[in-house]
Amino acid sequence: MDMGTLPAGAAMSPAVASRAIEGAKMTSRKVCVHYGQKQALFDVDLDIPSRQVTALIGPSGCGKSTYLRCLNRMNDVIDGCRVTGDIRLDGENIYDPKLDVVMLRARIGMVFQKPNPFPKSIYDNIAYGPRIHGMAAGKTEMDEIVQLSLERAGLWNEVKDRLAQPGTGLSGGQQQRLCIARAIAVSPEVILMDEPCSALDPIATAKIEELMDELRENYTIIIVTHSMQQAARVSQKTAFFHLGYLVEWGDTEQIFTSPRDERTQGYITGRFG
Amino acid sequence: MLNKQADHIVKSFDEELKQLNNIIAEMGGLAEAQLDRAVESLVRRNSDLAAQVVNDDKRIDNLETEIGSLTVRLLALRQPMAQDLREVVAAIKIASDIERIGDYAKNIAKRAIVLSGFAPMKPVATIPRMSRLALTIIKDVLDAYIAKDAEAARAAWRRDEEVDEMYNSVFREMLTYMMEDPRNIGPCTHLLFIAKNIERIGDHATNVAEIVYYLVHGRSLDEARPKGDTTNVPIDG
Amino acid sequence: MTDAVFTGPATANGVAKLRRPDLSEGRIRRRYAAERRFRLYGILAIGFAVFMLGFLAITVILQGSSAFWQTRIALDVAIDAATVDPAGDRSEDSLRSGDYQAVVRDALRGLFPEVTGRADRRALGDFLSNAAGMVVMERVLADPSIIGTTQRFEVLASTDLDMLAKGKIRRDVPEADRPVKDQQIAWFDRLEAEGRITSTFNTAFFTTGDSREPEQAGLGGAMMGTFLTIVTAILLSLPISVAAAIYLEEFAPKNKITDIIEVNINNLAAVPSIVFGLLGLAVLLGFFGLPRGAPMVGGMVLSLMTLPTIIIATRAALKAVPPSIREAAYGVGASKQQVVLHHVLPLAMPGIMTGAIIGTARAMGESAAVLMIGMVAFIVDVPGSITDSSTVLPVQIYLWADAPERGFVERTSAGIMVMLVFLVLMNAAAVIIRRRFERRW
Repeated sequence: MDMGTLPAGAAMSPAVASRAIEGAKMTSRKVCVHYGQKQALFDVDLDIPSRQVTALIGPSGCGKSTYLRCLNRMNDVIDGCRVTGDIRLDGENIYDPKLDVVMLRARIGMVFQKPNPFPKSIYDNIAYGPRIHGMAAGKTEMDEIVQLSLERAGLWNEVKDRLAQPGTGLSGGQQQRLCIARAIAVSPEVILMDEPCSALDPIATAKIEELMDELRENYTIIIVTHSMQQAARVSQKTAFFHLGYLVEWGDTEQIFTSPRDERTQGYITGRFG
Repeated sequence: MLNKQADHIVKSFDEELKQLNNIIAEMGGLAEAQLDRAVESLVRRNSDLAAQVVNDDKRIDNLETEIGSLTVRLLALRQPMAQDLREVVAAIKIASDIERIGDYAKNIAKRAIVLSGFAPMKPVATIPRMSRLALTIIKDVLDAYIAKDAEAARAAWRRDEEVDEMYNSVFREMLTYMMEDPRNIGPCTHLLFIAKNIERIGDHATNVAEIVYYLVHGRSLDEARPKGDTTNVPIDG
Repeated sequence: MTDAVFTGPATANGVAKLRRPDLSEGRIRRRYAAERRFRLYGILAIGFAVFMLGFLAITVILQGSSAFWQTRIALDVAIDAATVDPAGDRSEDSLRSGDYQAVVRDALRGLFPEVTGRADRRALGDFLSNAAGMVVMERVLADPSIIGTTQRFEVLASTDLDMLAKGKIRRDVPEADRPVKDQQIAWFDRLEAEGRITSTFNTAFFTTGDSREPEQAGLGGAMMGTFLTIVTAILLSLPISVAAAIYLEEFAPKNKITDIIEVNINNLAAVPSIVFGLLGLAVLLGFFGLPRGAPMVGGMVLSLMTLPTIIIATRAALKAVPPSIREAAYGVGASKQQVVLHHVLPLAMPGIMTGAIIGTARAMGESAAVLMIGMVAFIVDVPGSITDSSTVLPVQIYLWADAPERGFVERTSAGIMVMLVFLVLMNAAAVIIRRRFERRW
């Protein structure tokens, strides 16, 4: 079985190195994160395949969100957060001092746990990103971007008559799809999703999951989720984090039917401890 | 490794899985007894015992139905993952294999009733040897299932070859009997079917062994299944 | 196991006794009683506060409201050409140098021909404010043709007559103990009987500057001074403190230096205002030689005082902006400055405005600081620019409260009323601005 099992604290074994995915969209090697004195991530080696959904699972505080935030350098904003190791997007080191973090975030979009539309109109929510990146030459072009983004997020038909109304007036699920539309409006290559459905009801969740399946054709998606069923439903690759270590990663099907590591097994079968 | 695993956080889940194991064990025990008694009724020419065996098959069928509803309930309510999922799926499959074993035992018993009307025949002696071997395989496989012991399952699985070889020898023996005296053809055909049934029981036992191996390791037994049954070749030609 | 062995609850024959909550009626009654008592304390506290506030307001209103009306005496004044136009050429210079007070005094004396004694005549003249001639002069300047005729004027009464008319001088105290004599009271009664005592709305109170005479003293100068001072203070402190707060909150690295700055800003908010006054005196007046008592200097000192308040309010408002909005903006690739200017600042605006207005309102009521830089001088003129000497409302109130004349008592209270109205208006503005901004977002 094509599997990478990492014993706690072990360096990347040759077996794992050989598991590196050819032409991976993003690669990370020996990624460590410190919050002040506390180390939150230990030597994470993970490859993110292009145009697939990769799910990061694990108990609370296992470092999966921390890892996700390393990928678009969102951790830069947090004081006392130090990231070491090597993370590459298409072979380019994203922690290179010469790299512009704003441009990086335009290439790697993010959707957050709680739907967080700007307190502006639906239109302006979508148009904000393209506007600051100078993506549209005029009103017509901007209208096109807004419509396309909303269509891709499956929200166009629900909001096309009320684009001028505030985005905060939508339902939770609609708000989250608005946030996804906002993220794809700047044409990112990778979309990071940090527990995007944890605040939504099952129907809204199902819509987002279906959307992710459609978006997979054009984008590389990385999702952090607490719902193992969700990870199983939407992802092609799954990585299990525990206590700051990447314990196991591989094909979702294999992780959920026959995980290699006892910790993974314990976590996904609800036995932990 | 796996049987030492910690309990579930939700205790009733553990209880339901244990119940699943118990029913499988009970089914297995019943199937063993059925086979044993069916062969005994054949050897002793005891039609009453054979009729009882035919009658008792319903109990195995009922247990299989019980496994079916319990697994569906587990899947719907607990959404088992990984090992638990494999356990549930294994239970369904093992239950259906055991149910088939039960059916074969019933079939042997039916034929024993018919055979009791014929004169006793010599090759009948080979049948109990074959059934004893099949019974040990079933027993070992079920023990392996209860203990979640993949190696024991694999060892039992290898021994199916012996059953197949025995079947081959019974097959050849029957052919000679039938060629000797065409009047033997009737009872010999019955005996041949009984031998074939036991051979199939062995196959189902190996199926169970494979399932146990998958249940423990999460992957199938990668070697090719040992094939001792060469009778296919001349017959199907 | 630890050394301390938990022996478990005392059990009767090994079975733990089942303990149930005490559901007795008495217990529930006590709980309700305790809750009622607790609410009562709250109501009492609020009642006490409302009573004190009401008491203060009523006292001030009762004492001060009369200051908005001014007593006048209606007199038929014969405008004598020689007295009002000494040069005789009807030129403005000549008309301005005329003795209008004399013609008014003569008109009053004409009503009381029986008063002849020098002392009595002076006592009669005390009825008139020494600005009584002003109305006559204004009319003559507007229309010189009335010279030589007799016209009816309502001339300003002196503070003594004003007080008498408003009933603030009690007639039953011994003559020696009150400022008006029995004789004067008799004259007043006669004037009143003739319908010559009138009361008009005191517009001058809001337009004129300070005066030694209570009936002439107005708040206009102090109001203008306050306006200029506060405008200066806002123009200086708002941009500086908002910029400082944004930098400290959003951009500054968190290290020892910024920690020290933060602690000092918080301490600065608690520094007594007189210290800021001393600073202004030493640095602005002493070192830079800026004009004494000018609204510009007052505004600078007050802006120093409001800086920490606005900085703290702004930082709190910035902190209150949910991190999810920042993350959202960062997530679509906004730079730090774009995040702050496009998202955080607009959301923090209501909080910033509220902080700024509350801080300014506090500065408006401030007197100690501006006292130190000389805004306490007696200034009759209404200031026209931020470099003119002037005073501010609280200082004016303080000055009047200190003045011995009886007429200043009601003016003090009136001044407090005006200031309170200003403060209420500013706080209302804060609420309105808050609402408006919140609707937008």
